[in-house]
Amino acid sequence: MSGRTPDAKAADTGLKAWLTTRDHKRIGIMFLVATTAAMALGGVFALLLRLELLMPGETIVDPMTYNRLFTLHGVTMVWLFMIPVIPSGFGNYLLPIMIGARDVAFPRLNLASFYIYLVGAAITLAGMYFGAADTGWTFYVPYSTTSAAALVPVLLGVFTLGWSSVLTGINFIATVHTMRTEGLGWMRMPLFVWTVYGTSIIQVLVTPVLGMALMLIGFDRLLDWGIFDPARGGDPVLYQHLFWFYSHPAVYIMILPAMGVISDVVCAFARKNPFSYEAIVWSTMGITFVGLLTWGHHMFTAGMSTFGAGAFGILSMLVAIFSAIKVFTWVGTLYKGSIALDTPLLYVLAFLFLFIFGGMTGVAVATTSLDVHWHDTYFVVAHFHFIMVGGTISAFLAALHYWLPKLSGRRYPERLGRLGAAGVFVGFNLTFVPQFLLGNRGMPRRYFDYPPAMHTLNAISTVGSWVLGASMLFIASYLLRSLLRGEPAGDNPWGAAGFEWRTSSPPPVHNWTGEPPFERGAYDYTEGSPALEGARDE
Amino acid sequence: MSEAHFESAERQADAARLGMWAFLVSEVFLFAGLFTLYGAYRAAWPEAFAEGVRHGAKMLGSLNTVILITSSFAVASSLRALQEDRPRVALRWLLGTLALALGFLAVKAVEYHGHVHEGILPGGHGHHFATLSAPAGQAAFFTLYYVMTGLHALHVVAGAAVLAWLAWRLHTGALDARRAHVLSNGALYWHLVDCVWIVLWPLFYLTGGQA
Ligand SMILES: [Cu+2]
Repeated sequence: MSGRTPDAKAADTGLKAWLTTRDHKRIGIMFLVATTAAMALGGVFALLLRLELLMPGETIVDPMTYNRLFTLHGVTMVWLFMIPVIPSGFGNYLLPIMIGARDVAFPRLNLASFYIYLVGAAITLAGMYFGAADTGWTFYVPYSTTSAAALVPVLLGVFTLGWSSVLTGINFIATVHTMRTEGLGWMRMPLFVWTVYGTSIIQVLVTPVLGMALMLIGFDRLLDWGIFDPARGGDPVLYQHLFWFYSHPAVYIMILPAMGVISDVVCAFARKNPFSYEAIVWSTMGITFVGLLTWGHHMFTAGMSTFGAGAFGILSMLVAIFSAIKVFTWVGTLYKGSIALDTPLLYVLAFLFLFIFGGMTGVAVATTSLDVHWHDTYFVVAHFHFIMVGGTISAFLAALHYWLPKLSGRRYPERLGRLGAAGVFVGFNLTFVPQFLLGNRGMPRRYFDYPPAMHTLNAISTVGSWVLGASMLFIASYLLRSLLRGEPAGDNPWGAAGFEWRTSSPPPVHNWTGEPPFERGAYDYTEGSPALEGARDE
Repeated sequence: MSEAHFESAERQADAARLGMWAFLVSEVFLFAGLFTLYGAYRAAWPEAFAEGVRHGAKMLGSLNTVILITSSFAVASSLRALQEDRPRVALRWLLGTLALALGFLAVKAVEYHGHVHEGILPGGHGHHFATLSAPAGQAAFFTLYYVMTGLHALHVVAGAAVLAWLAWRLHTGALDARRAHVLSNGALYWHLVDCVWIVLWPLFYLTGGQA
């Protein structure tokens, strides 16, 4: 503390200054680094899984190792990467700037949330590695209460990660309500802020239910309390209800902020206001709340009444309507826009394709009669990878390219960016389209083997995973190089109207020098807009 | 200590209050999963659950209800005293609240001890269940009893820790009328602890019907 002003301390670039920072921008960057590392790890597990499935029979690992690998893959990707990456990473960095604030409402809590994430991630990974967890990321009873693996550490790890999620959610809710700058009403907030706000509500509501469910499994394993054990009056299906009450809305924790990214990027690259701001806002709130009531669609085959299945099916389709409203709005925004096909927009287009494809197959599996056939097959695996992974990854990459100049003040090479985007798109489809076909033919998920008749499609899928993996590596390499040696970007390289582009890139310690210049809207591309002052190179 | 980035102290108090409410909602959802289990299992085993409730320590449970409601009154009085700028009075009410919290835990300990003595342990363990011809329903009831009242007791401990910290700050003068919203947030948390108990009380002590 040695008598320095807080600003000087905040501008300090030493390691200690970073680790003790309360600056939301630094915390956001630390979250981005940690979650991206987790993605790389989860990706390696995925490549190993696909390698095993290259040939029928045992290829590189035995069946038990395979079980451990898909557990590692699922848990890492869901809780270490997809849940926190956009809200805690980009959300932390951008949300305060986008509402003209100098920080989040509770900066110390924000830093705590990051450390809780780190501790949770460490416990989870070490727990899975040393405990040999083999249940998949769903921890279904009775297998999770009887498996010979040590599960308590990983349960504790995920429980801890949940706290990070809840605290970030609380922080963002309070921030959006109380920290908006003078004159920034709710219906003038950037759409990304709306989606992160909706996500925060979901995080606060559902995460504790998961925590409780995992804790009950922990009690069973440690103390033999058997709360889901039928011999002791329990019901294993109730575990599934509690689990999916969290884990279905968790999909919206991943996809809602992704939709926010898409909404902002699409406007910047069509140089237009959104086709309908209100439609995106209200469909965001619709997904936030209706999404809480659809979890039962994971359990159509687990013994559910016809009425219950019908209700859950229809509610699930309602979410598809909200999503479709968004898709039409994005497409409407592009229509007659002044389109620049830069890398972020390419990822938006990829997102649209993957999201529509994934969404339509989602409506298909929400139809109970069809789901009975597809349940627990690769069809479902392909469906949720299209939505969760296709959606989240393409939005993540769009965000990374769009906001890299904001975070670093540097540009990435546009040509390499386009090449990377093409590689990701081809690799992704090559990996997952065959899985729809395999699932439709009845290949069950989570098996390390398959009949020789399914070899070709599995081989294509594995080759696709290599294309995807190589593309990600390629993207990582040029982005890292740009961070160190990229061209200076200037404050607003895209000529975007978004509020976050109205301060320097990267922004000063407290985001703004003087009052945030928010008189013109965040999507205002008409005459005299601040966007037009930005130099947009063609 | 102060986060200088707020427009005004009022805004900061607003943010803290809203944050606390959001936290309370998440706490409610933490219990919600257990209430769901209770509802489902009671529907599956209505007789065994009624029997379990009749077996419960009705007097001790009800005594604890009185204790907690009184403590909620005490913490509210403490807040009011602080808002009227009478910190010594506020401290006395707060210490009273703390004493009641400890009293609650003592009663709870007596109650648990009694059950353990009767051979009623979580997970259908203990000799009580060996005497039953069909122990499954009662096993579920008492496991839930231990989990739900235990989790609640944990919240009482956490709440008491918060109250103790607030009392210390009142004592040192760090907490004064201008920062009454901090005490208000602590009181809110304590009210939640009280509210959860008021739902647990009928579920585990009252709704057994006539034997
Ligand atoms: Cu779902």
